Amino acid sequence: MSTIPITPDPADEPWVLPDRGTIGMACLIIAESAIFVIFVVAYIFYMGQGLGGPTPKQVLELPIFTTICLLSSSLTLHWAVVGLRKSKIGAFNAWLAATVVLGAIFLIGTGMEWYHLIYVDGLTIQTNLFGTTFYSLVGLHATHVIVGLLMLIAALIFGLTGHVDEKHAHRMDVLSLYWHFVDAVWVIVFTVVYVLGR
Amino acid sequence: MADSVSGLSSVEAIDLTPVEKPRQLFLEVLYDWVTTVDHKKIGLMYIAYSLIFLVIGGIEAIVMRIQLAVPHNTFVSPQVFNRMFTLHGTTMVFFVGMPILFGFGNYLVPLMIGARDMAFPRLNAFSFWISAFGGFLLYYSFIGGSGLYGAGSAPDVGWFAYAPLTARVFSPGHSTDYWTLSILLSGIGSIGTALNIVATVICMRCPGMKLNRMPLLAWLYLVTSSMVFIAVSPLTAAQIMLMLDRYVGSHFFDAQAGGSAILWMHFFWIFGHPEVYILVLPAFAFANEIIPVFSRKAIFGYPAMVAASVGIGFISLSVWAHHMFAVGMGAGANVFFVFSTMIISVPTGIKIFNWLATIWGGKIRFASPMLFSVGFLFQFLVAGLTGIMLSVAPFDWQLTGSYFVVAHFHYVLVGAILFMIFAAFYYWFPKATGRMMSERLGKWHFWLMVIGFHLTFDFMHIPGLLGMPRRIYTYEPGRGWEIWNLLVSIGAVIQAIATLIFVYNLVHSYYKGEKAGNDPWDAWTLEWSTASPPPSYNFATTPIVHSRRPLWDIKHPEDPDWNYE
Amino acid sequence: MFIHSPSYFAQSSTSIFSPAGTPSHWIFTLSMFVLSITAVIFVIVAGLLTYALIRYRHRNLLTYNEPTQIYGSNQIELAWTVIPALIVVMLFLTASRVILATQDAKKPTDAVDVVVVGHQFWWEYRYPKLGIVTANELHVPVSDPAHPTPTYLEMSSADLDHSFWVPRLAGKMDLIPNRVNTMWIDPEAPGLYLGQCAQYCGVQHAKMLLRVYADSPKEFAAWVAQQQKPAVEDPAVAEGRAAFLRNACVNCHTISGTPANGRFGPDLTHLASRDTIASGAVENNPTNLKQWIDNPDSLKPGSLMPAMHLNDHDLNAITAYLTTLH
Repeated sequence: MSTIPITPDPADEPWVLPDRGTIGMACLIIAESAIFVIFVVAYIFYMGQGLGGPTPKQVLELPIFTTICLLSSSLTLHWAVVGLRKSKIGAFNAWLAATVVLGAIFLIGTGMEWYHLIYVDGLTIQTNLFGTTFYSLVGLHATHVIVGLLMLIAALIFGLTGHVDEKHAHRMDVLSLYWHFVDAVWVIVFTVVYVLGR
Repeated sequence: MADSVSGLSSVEAIDLTPVEKPRQLFLEVLYDWVTTVDHKKIGLMYIAYSLIFLVIGGIEAIVMRIQLAVPHNTFVSPQVFNRMFTLHGTTMVFFVGMPILFGFGNYLVPLMIGARDMAFPRLNAFSFWISAFGGFLLYYSFIGGSGLYGAGSAPDVGWFAYAPLTARVFSPGHSTDYWTLSILLSGIGSIGTALNIVATVICMRCPGMKLNRMPLLAWLYLVTSSMVFIAVSPLTAAQIMLMLDRYVGSHFFDAQAGGSAILWMHFFWIFGHPEVYILVLPAFAFANEIIPVFSRKAIFGYPAMVAASVGIGFISLSVWAHHMFAVGMGAGANVFFVFSTMIISVPTGIKIFNWLATIWGGKIRFASPMLFSVGFLFQFLVAGLTGIMLSVAPFDWQLTGSYFVVAHFHYVLVGAILFMIFAAFYYWFPKATGRMMSERLGKWHFWLMVIGFHLTFDFMHIPGLLGMPRRIYTYEPGRGWEIWNLLVSIGAVIQAIATLIFVYNLVHSYYKGEKAGNDPWDAWTLEWSTASPPPSYNFATTPIVHSRRPLWDIKHPEDPDWNYE
Repeated sequence: MFIHSPSYFAQSSTSIFSPAGTPSHWIFTLSMFVLSITAVIFVIVAGLLTYALIRYRHRNLLTYNEPTQIYGSNQIELAWTVIPALIVVMLFLTASRVILATQDAKKPTDAVDVVVVGHQFWWEYRYPKLGIVTANELHVPVSDPAHPTPTYLEMSSADLDHSFWVPRLAGKMDLIPNRVNTMWIDPEAPGLYLGQCAQYCGVQHAKMLLRVYADSPKEFAAWVAQQQKPAVEDPAVAEGRAAFLRNACVNCHTISGTPANGRFGPDLTHLASRDTIASGAVENNPTNLKQWIDNPDSLKPGSLMPAMHLNDHDLNAITAYLTTLH
């Protein structure tokens, strides 16, 4: 025989614990932040240390438009989740689609920037320390955008095929945490690479 | 509900009869284990896997000790010796230390907080298999290190793999790639498991188990797992950079193109030093559970223990550069890291003193788990004191990179962590298998281990003080190193014998051990309230707790713990 | 805690406890202080632990009642937080003093400058003011406390990380590519001080040995004068010289006054004046030298010097030539 302690609780307090999805995503964000910190530190450490050009000043241009797209996608995603919570599936789908489009514009912008850097300016990851740190940091961020975008597209497909209702609002909350994180990282990458680094 | 006069004094016991399963075919059993998402099975797989690597890493240590037993020995070539210490270090840290502690965490945390499983069971299985694959990759380098025609190569860059030794030009072939990949994968596994443990501890506690009522083990696993996010991620990032360097031709650590060797050191030790605490905090966790039970007293100063653990977690993130006192940092940086390193001895001291106070006034039973815990207390004390010596930067200029350092960190990793892991085995084996481990073999194991350990690691300090650097495959006679190296080597063999006795004890007791019952140690935490081994659902009814020691409350209804908390 | 016998430690030629120079003396004093404090802590805590384990062991196994439960005490917790913290502050201040004294020491005008370059697996020494280049055996003047002539080492590396460690003279300092580190030594007595590379640097890290010769001022002056001369040209070994220049030796080695000006291997201009070859691995005598030229791996497996597969005639001639390079 074994005993399980069950002592009656006079106060009968409600026993509410934080949600595991949110906590899990928070942990993932902390771990990811640490990875980004290391890449950002490497970028700052090697700023101006490269032997030979091209230098950031010569080749980098401020990606203002794509930045605005990415940052506003946080807002559209937020509205999508708000819509879902109110059971407005149409609004959810529309805002989510807008988010996906904005994210895709950002990625296309990065792709065009890289194309220009590689084929016009002759800067690759092998060229110098600037190339090494630039492509790895921006590339790491772009990888995260791609992952986030794939998940958003999956959610959009579920939404369009009618598999989403307000019960899933919570899952979308967790997913949007990730997307907001990716956007927040871009603010730091943007500041370091395009503002301080130039 | 039974009588309920005060409402608090009554407890209910629920009968749980474990269900006997019919015997299964071998393939069915295998399928069960490979596809399981049960935290207990995954925990046991972690433990089994790290025990295999413990034996492999041990063999590598023995090879090194045979080579160093006498000067100018030619037992192995320098190349083989260099591979041995690289594999030994990497294996012991990444494929023994981390997985075995995660294994215990996986097994124990849900049971001790009254949960049915981890927060994310499928992530749990994923993390395990990806770590296991990492370990496999490390040793695959023996086959694929320089292509199939050059079989037999293995990483030889040292476990901290200082740049630019890892650059393609200095480490051609693929063995370093296997090293990088295996650590990258095990890092992903570690982060996954850590995330799972944090989410479990925060979100899966049974009713009544407030944070200040959690068993200290759960607290320490919470702290250690949180540290994994901040410590292991930088290593993952650095490994990505290294792989970019080796495969794509970037220049992070390429000295020819202006890359910095120092940057790798920083990145590695930002991981490397907290890693020591990631490994030692679970050992503290075991001590926090075992010492009170075998002293028959509640842990002394529970809030101080929690505060000290959290404090160690934070401070340990700011001490990494004490591994770099000799790389030519400025005086200011050296002074800072001396201070941060020394200050960590304060919370560590609090822990030792609290254990001492827990023992004080108790009724100590010296069963095997307690014997190993006692060994841990003394050895951890010495490890802490040699740590203070190393934190004094000028003293460290002499000691770093010498055998003194090797002795110091083995005092932590073997004398403290491995001893507590053994204690945990003896303590929780009955819970996991339903059978006791042999006390007689346990005593043999303990005493041989103590003798072997002290022969090896006490005497290993001395050649360091006499100027013997680490990682040398041979040495000149006439510097006063010979006798100490011989004693160290003899001690290593004794430790190996002790470990084999332990493995035999595990296997033998699994089949032939005395039946344990649910609560063989008369303990107080929730895992002892369910059957041994626990059913797959852990608890038939979700427990409700009111104090830190729920089973104490049941056993002593006249004087329950909640009156004192 | 460990064997506390300075006389034992003094017997070893590489003991950190038989200092023979200022930085090493400072470290020795500091380490004795730290050792004493840690020893006292050890005795107290281990004593209490032992006492508790014996005093409170469960004696009578038949009686069964739990001891009094004690849950903690804030006063006691405070005491064992504050007291260790005070010890830490004391140790920290003491350590900081030595750090600042060593790292921020003012360089005297009489200091000797040496540029140290670490290579896999040997040491290159350049005396820029004296115009000397040598390898593996560092000569420095003995430093008289009244008129200190310390030697300042400017250290860097040609390939990967190394560490310069001569325990009786000073602590370690790493040699790192793309970086210049500085340390100083001031041996107080003439003699040979041994050490070796203390940072893993590849296959032959173990045989990257260090030899520091502390010469009296007169000896040092004589050594400098001799090293500044160009290479000896003994007509008796002209054949060996020709063989040396004909073969690939010149790609890696320099002999001043000849076309050989390679930088990858040690400068051989005054090879015969050194006591050892292969970075201290073996004694410098014709037998070892010949074996080394013939097959370096037989003396130092993994050494970067290739076996040149010379015929016996060339091998003997080159060995004979090198032995004349005083």
